[in-house]
Amino acid sequence: MSKLGLWGLKKSPWVYHVAAASCNNCDIEILELLTPRYDIERFGMVLVGSPRHADALLVTGVLNRKSLPRVMEVYEQTSKPCLVVCIGTCTCNTNIFRNSYNAVGPYDKYLPVDVYIPGCPPKPEAMITGIVKALSKL
Amino acid sequence: MSEEQKSTKSRRIVPIGPYHPLQEEPEFFKLIVEGEKVVDLEINLGYNHRGHEFISPELTYDQVPFLVERICGICSNSHPFATVLAIEDCAGIKPPARADYIRTVIQELERIHSHLLWLGLAGHFVGYNTVWMWAWKYREYVLQVFEMITGNRNHYAMNKPGGVRRDITREQIPEIEKAMDVVEKKVWMLTNAVLDDPVMRARLEGVGILTKEQAIAYATTGPTSRASGVPWDVRRDEPHAAYDLVPWDVIVFPEGDVLAKTKVRLLEMIESVRIIRECLKALPDGPIQARIDEIPPGEGIGRTEAPRGEVFHYIRSDGSNRPLRHKIRAPSFMNIASNVVAVRGGSIADAALTLAAVDPCYCCTERMAAFEDGKQKFTWQELLRLSWQKTERLKEKYGK
Ligand code: SF4
Repeated sequence: MSKLGLWGLKKSPWVYHVAAASCNNCDIEILELLTPRYDIERFGMVLVGSPRHADALLVTGVLNRKSLPRVMEVYEQTSKPCLVVCIGTCTCNTNIFRNSYNAVGPYDKYLPVDVYIPGCPPKPEAMITGIVKALSKL
Repeated sequence: MSEEQKSTKSRRIVPIGPYHPLQEEPEFFKLIVEGEKVVDLEINLGYNHRGHEFISPELTYDQVPFLVERICGICSNSHPFATVLAIEDCAGIKPPARADYIRTVIQELERIHSHLLWLGLAGHFVGYNTVWMWAWKYREYVLQVFEMITGNRNHYAMNKPGGVRRDITREQIPEIEKAMDVVEKKVWMLTNAVLDDPVMRARLEGVGILTKEQAIAYATTGPTSRASGVPWDVRRDEPHAAYDLVPWDVIVFPEGDVLAKTKVRLLEMIESVRIIRECLKALPDGPIQARIDEIPPGEGIGRTEAPRGEVFHYIRSDGSNRPLRHKIRAPSFMNIASNVVAVRGGSIADAALTLAAVDPCYCCTERMAAFEDGKQKFTWQELLRLSWQKTERLKEKYGK
C-alpha cells in the first residue's frame, strides 16, 4: 500500500457495519457513535453504505448458518487491507449462544480478525479505543 | 400479449434486507411495484435465528433471564420481565411491592428510550437528520439513568424470579427525576416540532393507513394497533407490577397512518414519564426479592407491554431447576405482517417510511436494491434519496 494511502487510512478510516444474528444492541451502540454525544466523525471515521468503500469492517452478533455466507460475501467485497473489528462478546466467543444448533462459532474461525472488543454490549468509548488501537497497528 | 402478461411485465421487485444493522430481527421484504406504486409485499423472516427456545431448557431459572435479555437489545427489559412473570406464575408467588415498582420504572424507562430511538430513525427517513440527532441526544439521558441504576447502558439484568437484582437507592431518585424533567421538556419540544411542521405533516399524514378492521384482523399490538383505534394495552387490561397502582392513560388515535403512530409514541413517552414520577413518589420500603425455594411442576404465562406491543412468554416446569419448555412470542412478529396491507397502494417514496412505522425495520438503510432483468436499478441510497426528494418538494411547496 502506498504511503499516501496508508496516511489516508489512518487519518480517516471508513467503516462498514455488518450485523450477523445480533441482538441489535451492539448495532445501536455503533450508531450511537455517530450521534452528538460521541460523534466519531470528529476523528474522520465515517460509516459508509457499501463494503467496497470500507477500510474497516465492524462485525456484530453471532454467526449462524444463514448469515455466515453473507458475512463472507461482504468481506470478499471489501478492498484490502481491511481491518476486521469484532464488536461484542457474541463475535469473540459466541456468548450465551454457544450451545445453539444454529451458531457456527466465533468469527476468527472464518475471518482474519484484527481487534476483539468484548462486552455485551461494549461501551462506545471501548469501541473507539478498539478502532484506534487497530489503526495504530498499521 | 394478454392483459395479464402486460401487467406482470411492468412489475418490478424491490428487495429490502435481509440484513440491516438496525433491524431487530433481520427481515426480508420484497416490494412488488408498478412504476411508482407499490402493489404487493412479500415477507420472509428467520434470518436472525439463534435458537433461544432451544437453549433456554439447558439453563437454570436464574440464568434464563440473561438469555432472553439477549433476544433484543432494545426491549432488553421486556423479555426478562415477561419470563420472570411466567416463572412466578408457575411458582405461585408474588414479588415484594418494592420490586414491582422498580420493575415498572425500568420498563417505562425502556419505553422512552425505544420510542426516542424510533423517532430519530423516522426523522432520518424523511430526510430530517436534525430530528435524528436530537432524539438520540436526549435518549442519552435515559441511558445515563440506566447506567446509574443498573450498571449498564443496555442489557440491564434487573429482573430475577421473585424480584429485582438491584435497588433504586434514595440518592438516585432525585437524579432520575432530574433526567425525567429534561426528557419531558425535550419530548414536548420534539412533539411540537413534528406536529407544527407542515412538511412533516404532509409527509406523514395519510401515509400507510392501517384501518381498525385490518389492525384487528392482523392481530397487531402496541402502538401499531393503538394508532388504528384499537385501545388494547396489556399494562391496563392485564395489570401486573405497579401498573394498576399509579394513574396513567392509554393513548389511542383512530387514523391509522404514520402520523398517528408517531403521535401515539410521542404521547406515550409523556405518559411513561408520568408513570415513573408516580412510581418513584409511591416507592414503598421493604425487600426487593422474594425467596423461591422450589418451582413446582406446572405451567406459567407472562405477558407485558413492550415498547412495540405485547410480549408473551410461556414456561412449563417439571419440578426441576430448569424449564422444560419455554415459548416466546414477540410483538413485531404480528406487526410486521400488517405491513402487507399498510404498504399496498402507496408510492415507493413512502414505502420505507411505512415499513419503518411499525418499528421493526425502521431503518433498512443500505441493503435495498431494485432489479430489472437481473440488473440492479435502484440502490437503497437512491430510494432514500427519493424519500428525501419528496420532502424537498414539499418544503418548496410550503415555502420553507
Ligand atoms: S454481544 Fe451482547 S449486546 Fe452485542 S449482539 Fe451479542 S448479545 Fe447483543
